[in-house]
Amino acid sequence: MTKIHIPTPLRQYADKHATVEVKAGTVGEALTGLVSKHPDLRRHLYTEDGKLRAFVNVYLNDEDIRYLQKEGTAVKDNDSISIVPSIAGGSQDIDELSNLRIFELSYPRRMRCCPACCR
Amino acid sequence: MLKISQKEYAAIRRHGEETYPHECCGVLLGSADGDERVVTSTARCGNTRVDSPHNRYHIDPKELVRIQREGRDRGEDIVGFYHSHPDHPARWSPTDLEEAHWLGCSYVITSVSKGKADLTNSFELAGDGESQKKFLDEQVQVV
Repeated sequence: MTKIHIPTPLRQYADKHATVEVKAGTVGEALTGLVSKHPDLRRHLYTEDGKLRAFVNVYLNDEDIRYLQKEGTAVKDNDSISIVPSIAGGSQDIDELSNLRIFELSYPRRMRCCPACCR
Repeated sequence: MLKISQKEYAAIRRHGEETYPHECCGVLLGSADGDERVVTSTARCGNTRVDSPHNRYHIDPKELVRIQREGRDRGEDIVGFYHSHPDHPARWSPTDLEEAHWLGCSYVITSVSKGKADLTNSFELAGDGESQKKFLDEQVQVV
């Protein structure tokens, strides 16, 4: 069996499992097995046309599958697959965000004071 | 709410001072229970954005795989991330939101002004998917 490690944000869509074991011959089959067991994961891992989302990194043991045979990469028993959403950002465009936009995005549920100034 | 020890809180702020004028970045590990995340350790990461390190950061996913594995061995999960904003405010930028994908995790930002750590704020990435995600202000309790 191949072990798939689920990152913390996706566990809520995998019945709170940190790892899921699947029987598969390739990374693609393993991921298909994963979303078959936990269908709610599909939209978080794949685009509507069935491609892995660009920010979803998939590692077989310590290797990025993009530099192997991608989803066709063969897996063996006791291999482990890690799903790792990317981490990036920075202050680059912070000044482009107006204060009003910050208010709207940061406090969407806060009581608005009046319809005139808080549309 | 994010609970973090004084030691780890000081460590992430010091990291921002050490990498100034570049952005620092790292991982928060611990446990999560509902909306509360407790940080029990932090892991420094390298910033791979060598093309624009003063206003961008990126963590090598291979480093994340290692940190995730080492945390798992200690019984810790990844509960959030931190980075610094050199000479910029401790609030999230459009780039921070666009490139944030760990829903339900904390994103801690420290402003570093002229090499000295200033404000540290935390934001929870909330929502049920990429199209609905948003940052919410999050209380930080230093314990």
